[in-house]
Amino acid sequence: MANNIIDLRNISVTFDGEQILKNLNLQIEDKEFLTLLGPSGCGKTTTLRIIAGFLQPDSGDVIFDGKLINGVPAHKRQVNTIFQRYALFTHLNVFENIAFGLRIKKTPEKEIKATVTEMLNLVNLKGFETRNINTLSGGQQQRVAIARALAVRPRVLLLDEPLGALDLKLRKDMQNELKNIQQRLGITFIYVTHDQEEALSMSDKIVVMNNGVIQQIGTPIDIYNEPENAFVADFIGESNIVDGVMKEDFICEFSGATFNCLDKGFGKNEAVDVVVRPEDVDVVPFEQGMLRGTVTSVTFKGVHFEIIVDIGGFKWMIQSTDEQFVGDNIGLYIEPDAIHIMKKSEYSGLYGDFSSFSEEFDELSDVNAEQEEQDDE
Amino acid sequence: MNKLSSRTRQALTAPFSVWMAIFVLVPIGLVVYYALTDATGGFTLSNLASIWEYRSTYLVSIELALVATVICLIMAYPLAYSISRMKAHSQSTMVLLVMLPMWMNFLIRTYAWMTILEDTGLINTFIKSVLSLVGYEFEGFSMINTNGAIVLGMVYNFLPYMILPIYTVLTKIDHSIIEAARDLGANGFHIFTKVLLPQSIPGIISGITMVFVPAVSTFVISKLLGGGMTYLIGDVIENYFLGNTGEVNYNVGAALSLVLMILILISSGIMNHFDKDVEPDGGAKK
Ligand SMILES: Nc1ncnc2c1ncn2[C@@H]1O[C@H](COP(=O)(O)OP(=O)(O)OP(=O)(O)O)[C@@H](O)[C@H]1O
Ligand SMILES: [Mg+2]
Repeated sequence: MANNIIDLRNISVTFDGEQILKNLNLQIEDKEFLTLLGPSGCGKTTTLRIIAGFLQPDSGDVIFDGKLINGVPAHKRQVNTIFQRYALFTHLNVFENIAFGLRIKKTPEKEIKATVTEMLNLVNLKGFETRNINTLSGGQQQRVAIARALAVRPRVLLLDEPLGALDLKLRKDMQNELKNIQQRLGITFIYVTHDQEEALSMSDKIVVMNNGVIQQIGTPIDIYNEPENAFVADFIGESNIVDGVMKEDFICEFSGATFNCLDKGFGKNEAVDVVVRPEDVDVVPFEQGMLRGTVTSVTFKGVHFEIIVDIGGFKWMIQSTDEQFVGDNIGLYIEPDAIHIMKKSEYSGLYGDFSSFSEEFDELSDVNAEQEEQDDE
Repeated sequence: MNKLSSRTRQALTAPFSVWMAIFVLVPIGLVVYYALTDATGGFTLSNLASIWEYRSTYLVSIELALVATVICLIMAYPLAYSISRMKAHSQSTMVLLVMLPMWMNFLIRTYAWMTILEDTGLINTFIKSVLSLVGYEFEGFSMINTNGAIVLGMVYNFLPYMILPIYTVLTKIDHSIIEAARDLGANGFHIFTKVLLPQSIPGIISGITMVFVPAVSTFVISKLLGGGMTYLIGDVIENYFLGNTGEVNYNVGAALSLVLMILILISSGIMNHFDKDVEPDGGAKK
């Protein structure tokens, strides 16, 4: 407990009668890289704004380093923010942007110079001191924003989708750099993204949110391998999510077949959601399959083929390095450790079916689209 | 910006160019011509030389216009700022209210002030009647026909031209940079001096220009509210062209106008230079 730098307790926020954060509880450890992950509008930015002090929660407590800071204004918190849009001062050059916080603290000129130089080195912008903000590329502006926030030596850095506007290549580079900076400086990063890959590769801990409610908190591996409910399973990576029944400990039944699995502790014959990752399914000859079905679509993805298989009307996604062909009848083999059992939740039945990948669905949606167009007229 | 071909751009600006040529370049040319010629049309510098005797009038005009501009700035900035912070709906209402006086004729507005400020005007009548209730005899303030009244008229008439450009730049400032400043430890005072003020310099400069230029060359306000006690350079010029009080002399009038124009140009130049200093990108883009 003593290790927690930030502790959010029962935070609720309502905008225009709509509850945006619902009883949020979150402990953030000192020096960790924590990611808030969730779809657009789920309340990630709102959570950051509460920590930064730009927003007062309607109820609940914000605790920083063991002290209640609900009423402390933003400029007095040891927390700094990298904004979703960089929010640089366009009337100042790169040097003065980074020096901004130091000048307010009336830091001696010599020290300002040293810190700005250090920060520019840290973010790989040596020699950019006198450059005008408007002449910088997006990636460079982002680096200035990072240097500006780090120059005042915050204990916690809040990053709101800092790489959202960058192209894929630059994004990967910046991901590594940010992770590096965080480890080198040994400060806490609270990182917001809706990119699950980014979250998985950078974080010590991931907080999956939806509709203002935390769905799961865990390490990237936990979140990926042991999703708490169908929402998390679907949001992180690709998942086949099917209805199943726990016959007894270590035995489950789904898609008309019985499987060994590693899960226990469910009631006898309890209805559950079963998650199987596409890469954990092996393609075997039809006769040898634990499950059997017909290939309805094959897409080449570079590393593997993405194959959609119709099994008793439910579309499964399988990733395999061997090419299959539409219309083939194939068998599927699933290892016990590839099966993950989850309790039923409000999200059961909403996700995990890949019908949208098949041709029939395309036709269906085309019809719908036409109809909508007509309705619009 | 780059989407239009240069030909389309030329075509689109043609009506304006023609307008400018006829109504700006030709008059300026005429002013220069009259200023440098005598009654017979011969070249002379004597018109310009005769201006020296009006140096104090120029000074008074500039002084009053400056005072009015400063007052406008001090009044307009906080107002523009608070409007820019309001909800979108209240903002448009407030902007409408600011512009409302501009819907009325300039002369009528200024006449209205005469009836307010006169010795027997609204204010004095009101104070007198209140004081007479308590049995005190009061002969009233003399407000009209003073420099104060002229400045008041200028401020009243030109204030919207200061508010609007400042309001416009303030609304364009991205709110997140104010939060960024706060995040970096800035309190309200820092935010004002280090972010808002420098970011609103372009609006302040156009506001100052839009108030100072008409104020320094006005003749209506000084005539109606100054009652001929204070002669501004605008009044002198008007007299030379219309001959209200003396001889008509287009040549001296034109010379006076030309000098006034040059003074205004110089001050605009100084202002723009200041703008560039503060906002480096203004210079970089050129
Ligand atoms: N000031 C506000 N007034 C009214 N509604 C707001 C306000 N700020 C946020 N919201 C609403 O709160 C919800 C959550 O917003 P938030 O910005 O936290 O989402 P987010 O998870 O950061 O999304 P994104 O990934 O798109 O940035 C949204 O539905 C948004 O419309
Ligand atoms: Mg957001």
